[in-house]
Amino acid sequence: MTGPGLIALAAHWRRNPLQLFTLVAGLALATALWSGVQAVNMEARASYDAAAATVGEGRFDQLLPRVGDTIAQTQFIALRRAGWQVGPVLEGRIATAGGSLRIVGLDPLTSPGGMGPANRDGAVDLTRMLTDPPLFANAEVARRLEGLGGMTVVVTPDVAANTAITDIGHAQRLLDRPGAISRLIVARDQPLGRPPLEQIAPDLVVQPAQAGGDIGRLTDSFHLNLTAFGLLSFAVGIFIVHGAIGLAFEQRRGMVRTLRALGMPLRRLMALMMAELTVLAFVAGGIGMVLGYAIAGLLLPDVAATLEGLYGADIANTLRLRPEWWVSGMAIAFLGTALAAGGSLARISAMPLLETARAGSMVRGRRTRLALAGAAGLAVAGAGAAVWGQGMIMGFAVLACLLLGAALLLPPALETMLRAFQRRASGAKWQWFWADTRLQLPGLSLALMALLLAMAANVGVSTMVSSFRATFTAFLDQRLAAELYVTADTPSQAAALQAFVAPRAREVLPLLSVPRRMAGNEAELHGIRVGPTYRENWRFLAGDSALWDRVADGTAVIVNEQLARRAGLWLGDPLAVAPGLSLPIAGIFGDYGNPVGQAIVSDALFADLFPDRRATRFGLRTDDPDALRRDLTEVFGLDAGRIVDQAAIKSFSLGVFERTFTVTAALNVLTLAVAGFAILMSLLTLSAMRVPQLAPAWALGLTRRELGRLEVIRAMVLAAFTAAAALPLGLALAWMLLAVVNVAAFGWRLPMFLFPADYARLGLLTVLAALLAALWPAVRLARTPPEALLRVFAHER
Amino acid sequence: MNVRAMALIVALVWPMLALAQGFAGLGSDADGFARPAPDPQFDFPADHGAHPAYRIEWWYLTANMTGPDGTAYGLQWTLFRSAVAPRDGTGWQTPQIWLGHAAVTTPDRHFATERLARGGIGQAGVRAAPFEAWIDEWRMTGPDLGMLRLNAAGPRFAYDVTLRAEGPLIFHGDGGYSVKSAQGQASYYYSQPFFALHGVLTLPEGPVEVTGTAWLDREWSSQPLAADQSGWDWFSLNFDTGEKLMGFRLRQNDGGHFTSGTWISPDGTAVALAPGAFRPEPLSRTTVAGRQVPTRWRVQVPGRGLDVTVEALNPMAWMDLSVPYWEGPVTLTGSHAGNGYLEMTGYE
Repeated sequence: MTGPGLIALAAHWRRNPLQLFTLVAGLALATALWSGVQAVNMEARASYDAAAATVGEGRFDQLLPRVGDTIAQTQFIALRRAGWQVGPVLEGRIATAGGSLRIVGLDPLTSPGGMGPANRDGAVDLTRMLTDPPLFANAEVARRLEGLGGMTVVVTPDVAANTAITDIGHAQRLLDRPGAISRLIVARDQPLGRPPLEQIAPDLVVQPAQAGGDIGRLTDSFHLNLTAFGLLSFAVGIFIVHGAIGLAFEQRRGMVRTLRALGMPLRRLMALMMAELTVLAFVAGGIGMVLGYAIAGLLLPDVAATLEGLYGADIANTLRLRPEWWVSGMAIAFLGTALAAGGSLARISAMPLLETARAGSMVRGRRTRLALAGAAGLAVAGAGAAVWGQGMIMGFAVLACLLLGAALLLPPALETMLRAFQRRASGAKWQWFWADTRLQLPGLSLALMALLLAMAANVGVSTMVSSFRATFTAFLDQRLAAELYVTADTPSQAAALQAFVAPRAREVLPLLSVPRRMAGNEAELHGIRVGPTYRENWRFLAGDSALWDRVADGTAVIVNEQLARRAGLWLGDPLAVAPGLSLPIAGIFGDYGNPVGQAIVSDALFADLFPDRRATRFGLRTDDPDALRRDLTEVFGLDAGRIVDQAAIKSFSLGVFERTFTVTAALNVLTLAVAGFAILMSLLTLSAMRVPQLAPAWALGLTRRELGRLEVIRAMVLAAFTAAAALPLGLALAWMLLAVVNVAAFGWRLPMFLFPADYARLGLLTVLAALLAALWPAVRLARTPPEALLRVFAHER
Repeated sequence: MNVRAMALIVALVWPMLALAQGFAGLGSDADGFARPAPDPQFDFPADHGAHPAYRIEWWYLTANMTGPDGTAYGLQWTLFRSAVAPRDGTGWQTPQIWLGHAAVTTPDRHFATERLARGGIGQAGVRAAPFEAWIDEWRMTGPDLGMLRLNAAGPRFAYDVTLRAEGPLIFHGDGGYSVKSAQGQASYYYSQPFFALHGVLTLPEGPVEVTGTAWLDREWSSQPLAADQSGWDWFSLNFDTGEKLMGFRLRQNDGGHFTSGTWISPDGTAVALAPGAFRPEPLSRTTVAGRQVPTRWRVQVPGRGLDVTVEALNPMAWMDLSVPYWEGPVTLTGSHAGNGYLEMTGYE
């Protein structure tokens, strides 16, 4: 009985190749988008792990020089001999054929993390480290190093991209910096009786493990965004699959009844169907994995560039095929199939043997109630997440509930709307049109849900990204108001520099800062010279108009949003800026992208508090930056590398964000395309079943051409309704991303801007996608032979 | 001192050196390292300093102490030197590696910590005169070996004590040439077992004033062990009579033992014990760190009328460091009363 059963099941697909294609393509697309995003995430995370393992950034406190970038080796010895358990790191770059390369020198004996990824294989051979120290690098870097000649390289896959690790003595020779150390890693376990740092090395500062750039924490939001996108795309794909499987099973009810009547046990039949679905899931999952790999390969360079620009994380630019990626991808394909097919299989198994095998017997009332119940459940879950959840995860949980709940509510909402239109319609043709549209709704609703999610995601993400861009550009104008930024090497050079630029620049802005613990948080205290530049350019989230005068006379402090939020302080609250001095907070400014809390006082007050700190960095206001720059390098003799052009910083920063936008835009287009595909497939499957419904309309005088036109209009009307519903949903999504997820991830809230023109364009795109999807089925309908329509009456169904 | 530290170093440096042939690696070829020779002529104070031409060397101090309330304590301070090549110098690529171990044992707790450094950069080293042995902030210093100040600290303990020698140096084996196997592996080995100690231990609950005795071992070699030796048990015992005993048992893979010992009179006269005269025998074992370690022994030296039970002050004195071993203070009952130190390695 098994053989004939299989043949019968397969015959369905042979007769309905389009359905088979929809099923496989939908599942493959869902798997592809999910696994593609996962591959990008995994690659990026592996790169962070490699970077963290290299020097223990983020995991350990570090000691850095207050001034300059070098610690003398004698200072390392002095600290060790005082009991400080620190390990030296020397970092620098060397030129290779493939671009410059980061060299990290470590001491395997004192480094808290050993040689990082290199000692994982037990490959660190101390004899060699002390006699002929090798470099540890991944295969690509190893090739570049070998191009230089005279290097012993041990290929170590887990070493961070673009990096080679070696013994610190060897690094000092390679970089030609004998006796130099860049920073010291502080081991977690320290002995009793260790004297304070000020006593041993007053010119070093502790950079706590967290503030140093806990890359994982900073990039979590970015990855969660990507993951959310992946899940969303997967959900859209599953809607397609669900539709295809549902249809196929409805149509096979007759066959099931026949097979069972012929004596096939229900259990065996169910097993066969499950086996069939497993094979389909396997095939579609495999195709999806290949597609996902391609998507990841396309996205990775942009993601890598974004993360490197945003967070300084070195991401490998090449994908590795990781076993866990294959497993998770195939698992999601099977899970998706199970989700999509579960309901249909349950209905088949519960079908009484003698029930009439009528296809398309969807019980509308029950469906609507189910959808409403589901939406209500999701609303409760979302509210629960909002009340009890915390941070980013809560934000995404609420988002998930919101999106799925809205998707479930869409069909009843559309039904209500269509009924209203039907009541108001004049003329038989339009009444029939609306009634017929209502009839189509169950078959189209899954595709429309997919469209809703895609459009909402588009609105939400483009709002977020555009808000980000608008805010960030304004912020750059504020923060980088000066035309040139210069750095002096020493305080004495700084004094000479100040004297030199005073007559040449419109305004000289010294930039002073000192790391300090304020209100229980590691933060920075800055000193600035209050003048026209600050008064004109700075915008505040909160603060009164007289705040600059109060800052200038040393009676108030302004803080960035990060510090205010972390310390739970707001306007008027006192902040201890130095021992014995508390000042009221007069203003709070947005400080986008800065992980560190900041408080700002006037330069005069700063000089009183920290007399030994002299400014070595200055912002220069000038109308002719090129001339001033020439004067500085040619007359004053400042190294060109010590002058930074504001325009260059700005364009670099904006470039970084453009990259982020590229990634999100690419994912946006993909989701919209998948939704369009869903509509196309639904319409194609429906059109085959629609002939009996259209035949009476045709017989009553509607031409086939007119019927086709109405078909296109129907798709566009439904798409327009869906787009209208997606707009508020998308805005809610954007609000969650900006006001909840961003605050949780970065500690600052992005102001939300609205971009009506963008939304109009998106709406048009959505309708256009529906139009394109409806075109082919409509043309097919318009070309239905009259004979086929007549046959409907002949069969007297 | 002993064999113990030797194999400790071997075991520590062994994986680093990737000597696939195991302990035999040290015995096989001295790789240009100097070898101990019989009938040594020591040159003090220079020989209190480092001997970079030899592969391994240590300054190994253990102490038995009591607090004001009579509580017994033990401490250990060890500086090991291990050479990758037989030369010294300055800079990161100097082929000398230094390793420090420090521990404090109380009747119910044991604290141990370690330090690593390389030579040539000033982080660790030994200077003969005025004497200073150091790694990081741990120091053993003094005008000479007769008067020392000793300190070390870990995350949960610290000590700072002074030591005054009340007797002469003791030379083990044949005038300081100590044979370690029947095949003839040997080291230079002398001790100062007559230190009187006073100072302060810092424990998690606060400082404790202590007084007691200490025993310093100096030993260096290039190939001290035979290929078939798997571990050892080493004893340094102080008797109430003023006599002292150093004895060790090297366990061979075939179940046999190589034993050696020195009987020290109160006036500092040292006599090497005849082969087989030093007889240690495990009485009961304790499960420490998942291993069965003998923490109660019967030790006999029939010719000296010695028959004592040696019992660990704290059976859990496990040195949970990069190379783990057991080391802690012991108390003696039987024919002689007293205290001492016991070290055991190679128990899997």
